[in-house]
Amino acid sequence: MSTKRKARDLILTALIWTFSLLSAAFLLWMIIAVLSHGLSGISLDFLTDEYNLYRGKTGILPMIAGTLLLIFFTLSIALPVGVCAAIYLIEYARQGFGVRVIRLATESLAGIPSIIYGLFGYIFFKNTLRLGFSVISGALTLSIMVLPLVVRVTEEALKSVDNSYREASLALGATKLYTIFRVILPCAIPGILSAVILSMGRIIGETAAVIFTAGTVPKIPQLGRVLSSSVRTLSVHLYMVALEEADFTSAFATATLLIGIIAVLNWGARRIARRIVKR
Amino acid sequence: MHKSGFGTTRLGNIRRLEGLMETVFALCGWASIISVVLITAYIFMAGLPPILKTGISEFILGTQWKPTAEEPKFGIFPMILASFLGMAGAAAIGVPVGLFTAILLALMAPKRLAAFLRGCIELMAGIPSVVYGFFGLTVIVPFIRINLGSPTGTSLLAMIIILSAMILPTIVSLSETALRAVPKEYMEGALALGASRIEAIFKVMIPAAGSGIMASAVLGMGRAVGETMAVIMVCGNIPRIPRSLLDTVSPMTATIAKDMSYAGPFHQAALFGIGAVLFLFIVALNMVLHVVVQRSIEGKRGSP
Repeated sequence: MSTKRKARDLILTALIWTFSLLSAAFLLWMIIAVLSHGLSGISLDFLTDEYNLYRGKTGILPMIAGTLLLIFFTLSIALPVGVCAAIYLIEYARQGFGVRVIRLATESLAGIPSIIYGLFGYIFFKNTLRLGFSVISGALTLSIMVLPLVVRVTEEALKSVDNSYREASLALGATKLYTIFRVILPCAIPGILSAVILSMGRIIGETAAVIFTAGTVPKIPQLGRVLSSSVRTLSVHLYMVALEEADFTSAFATATLLIGIIAVLNWGARRIARRIVKR
Repeated sequence: MHKSGFGTTRLGNIRRLEGLMETVFALCGWASIISVVLITAYIFMAGLPPILKTGISEFILGTQWKPTAEEPKFGIFPMILASFLGMAGAAAIGVPVGLFTAILLALMAPKRLAAFLRGCIELMAGIPSVVYGFFGLTVIVPFIRINLGSPTGTSLLAMIIILSAMILPTIVSLSETALRAVPKEYMEGALALGASRIEAIFKVMIPAAGSGIMASAVLGMGRAVGETMAVIMVCGNIPRIPRSLLDTVSPMTATIAKDMSYAGPFHQAALFGIGAVLFLFIVALNMVLHVVVQRSIEGKRGSP
């Protein structure tokens, strides 16, 4: 090889390694920067106390509750709808114009930025449907946002179920519906579970779409009014304490907690993915 | 089969149930279409009137945003420019870094290193945007203030750095998929013809995966334009036309989110106007994406 070619190869190889390490280094830098200030702020008190600035309490239990409520109600809407949509696309629909439009719409939903979801949720669920700043406004908005994810991942899971299962079940005299619920869905459960985990990650990480629909009230809702109360999620809390209150101790601790939760969710998603591959 | 199960129910009931459930499934399938239509309709119903009232050209090309002044001005050109610059800057850094990382992952890295790097990229994809923003606010912004002599540190530069990092996972994972989809024979053929490994990668593999890589870039740019919470914490939120990388900016997303909390009625309507413009921006990007993806599918059909 000529020296010129060798030199070019060397430079490009060096660039490839530098850029790759740069990507990893940025992540590690971010994690270290956040954790080094935030880990000390995480205590039992911090996790289990109320948030009340007048009493000098900066616990985040209400935010944990708010996040869990939004996850629960969002998934209660998005999961059945998304799974049924995937069933329709894979098991029923004839591949044609209708399916193409549904796919296009799902793709478009995935591309809409969260701030647009926030604006839409604000004007449609909060104002037009008069749901106010509430868990239900937030959950409805978020369920549209995670719908493409649920549909896509479930579709993949359904596709991966071997056709011989369907044929065997139908040949034994089972109806189509029975085949879907007793044969295909059980096989697709790991895939659906990973859809759940990925959606949880998105819900936890979302801010712009939540702040204009579920609001920012840092209180645990009363039992009878869970759906109609405004709540604050962990991400919204991080935004509020960092920018509005300039309370960096709480902010670092909340950011640490968020990174921790996401790391655990990723680990879970990986384990499930590995199980799917093994089968 | 159980006695109470499907098998012993009357045939007519079964048929009815089957038909009913098929309708339910189909309705759920339509949910995405209904959502897209609703979102589009409501964003434009709320966003168009203020744009028309201000005047289309004044709204889009006006350089002054003074929503609370006695004589309010609603010109969003500086925000459009900021969004565009943020997107272009993020692509300029994020695409090469992401593509090179994808090359390492798909074609060069030993298994263990690849697994570690992939784990990092996945974690980067999952970390909430507020955390990126908070990191920018507490690390990048002070760094710029102290070392580069920007008065506040919140700047176009800080925004571009954070956005580049945020779009990396999108670019890496999609480019890696595109590179892996190229048949092995291409690489082997190039090597057999005397190309070095690097030459084979850059002259054969990357062109072959071109449309997939393009798609990853466009998707990443879409993420950069739509990003709100990370940007709001590092951009300074002053909608002026930036004269340098160190000037404060306020892209469309940040202005909307920042102003919503205190906006009066027409001011809020104007924010929906910005939302409508942003929406059109995203639709245009999606169309580009659609064309690129379509081309890649056709390209695959054409190849042996």
